[in-house]
Amino acid sequence: MSIVIVLAVTGLGLGALYFLIASGLSLIFGLMRVLNFAHGAVFAFGAYLGWWAAAHVTGPAALRLVVAALAGMVASAVLAALVELLLIRPLYGREVAQVLVTVGLSLAIVALLSGIWGTDPKTYPVPAWMVSTSTVAGAEIPHGRWVMVLVGLAVLGLFLLFLRRTRYGLIVRAGVENRAMVTALGIDVRRAFTLVFTLGGAAAGLAGALAGVYFSAVTPGLGSSLLIFAFIVVVIGGLGSVTGSALAAAVVGLVQQFANYYAASGIGDLSVVLLLAAVLLVRPQGLLGRSV
Amino acid sequence: MTGPTVAEHPVTGPGSVREPVLRLTDVRVQIAGSQILHGISFDVAATGVTALLGRNGVGKTTTLLAVMGLLPRTGSVALAGDRIDGLATHRIVQRGVGYVPEDREVFAGLTVSENLRLAERGAGAPRYDEVFELFPDLRSRLKQAAGTLSGGQQQMVALARVLLADNRLLLVDEPTKGLAPQVVVEVARALERIAQTVPVLLVEQNLGVVGRLARHAIVLNQGRVVHDGDATTLLGDAALTQRLLGVSREGGSHP
Repeated sequence: MSIVIVLAVTGLGLGALYFLIASGLSLIFGLMRVLNFAHGAVFAFGAYLGWWAAAHVTGPAALRLVVAALAGMVASAVLAALVELLLIRPLYGREVAQVLVTVGLSLAIVALLSGIWGTDPKTYPVPAWMVSTSTVAGAEIPHGRWVMVLVGLAVLGLFLLFLRRTRYGLIVRAGVENRAMVTALGIDVRRAFTLVFTLGGAAAGLAGALAGVYFSAVTPGLGSSLLIFAFIVVVIGGLGSVTGSALAAAVVGLVQQFANYYAASGIGDLSVVLLLAAVLLVRPQGLLGRSV
Repeated sequence: MTGPTVAEHPVTGPGSVREPVLRLTDVRVQIAGSQILHGISFDVAATGVTALLGRNGVGKTTTLLAVMGLLPRTGSVALAGDRIDGLATHRIVQRGVGYVPEDREVFAGLTVSENLRLAERGAGAPRYDEVFELFPDLRSRLKQAAGTLSGGQQQMVALARVLLADNRLLLVDEPTKGLAPQVVVEVARALERIAQTVPVLLVEQNLGVVGRLARHAIVLNQGRVVHDGDATTLLGDAALTQRLLGVSREGGSHP
């Protein structure tokens, strides 16, 4: 029984990490029909700048982790905003060119990070209490896992507040449905594009710190491998649906953990792909996506 | 009397209306290599309803999309004398052009209230009182998802969206399409009242509605203006109506 709880909490923590990356991707694709392959590199950029900032601060590990998270969020948000303004906007309406430029950019950023800091894993400042465990229903759970789950839920809450309670959130929801009609109501939808890129970038930057907690170190290529799962989460959840992404992220994280433990290591990734195939067959628009 | 000759050469083009609210000059649209509009020019009167007519596929909706900047086009579009063809769509709307698209295009997943809130713009307070006076139905359905409304109610939402803010011109595309006869009457009545305060360029297939609302009619055929003149004269001439629109006056349903 206790192992089930360990796997469940670990799976949900991993799901939180996927969600932070997937939520931005989902909104960006839903609103702008842009497949942002640079999103994994935006995540890695935040993770590295966060690590770099934390290395320049002295103090308890908890403080340094908070510094890393904040610096990572800002760095990723700024990078994402610049990507939208300088690379995506001039290529508006040219989907293939946008895909190519984001793929190229992701390679360039990973190369840049490797060039500056090398490819060795960079150890993240993880406070001792996050690594230590406490017993829940007989299971030893590291506190860091709970932190990941709570951060994931908090970000979900903030995204929903933004989407449901602010004018720009309303514009984003309307734009996901019918972008042309939003402009035909006199709204400059491009501002919403930049905003969505920036918010998605901030979430990805925060994911950098969570990845530091989960893997205890980050590498330049980490973003690319996480991006694959984030894309799977976006498709399973339904393009443009943040709640769908959250749900799908939890499911993907859980499936991966349980399959890895009960079948064999590596089967988790395979199971996720099978899950994706099953969802696409039964419900092509995703769990909470709008049918087209 | 040279009555029939007038009908033979009815294209008067720009200059036919004094101080038009909208003037199109040699507007051309090409989509995927095929020419949809072959250089159309016409004026929209500063008051009342101007009808834009023609058979299916002659370029009526394309003309409205071209005015709104929702399609790449060449030629000049002037709103009350100022060129707007270089502006982005949202700027054109901010200049005071309200657009009610074909098939309403309400945001189905948003509530009626959210659909209306999106349309609020400009300095003045949004005119909800006027909207609810015209469409009392909407007041009780504010919390309802727009996608669950009937076609007629969706049309009311689409019209309400352009009535909340100040507009100098409304472009309304087939507002009675697919509606039940009773609802067609309601929509026509609402348009009649709207047109008392703001000029309307109306695309409409229902000639009964056109006859009731429009003073001026422009007819397109294969991307060209083939008639530009008084609406009553056009609809009163059965042969001309048949030739230009392919329908007899009796063929349209009467509101």
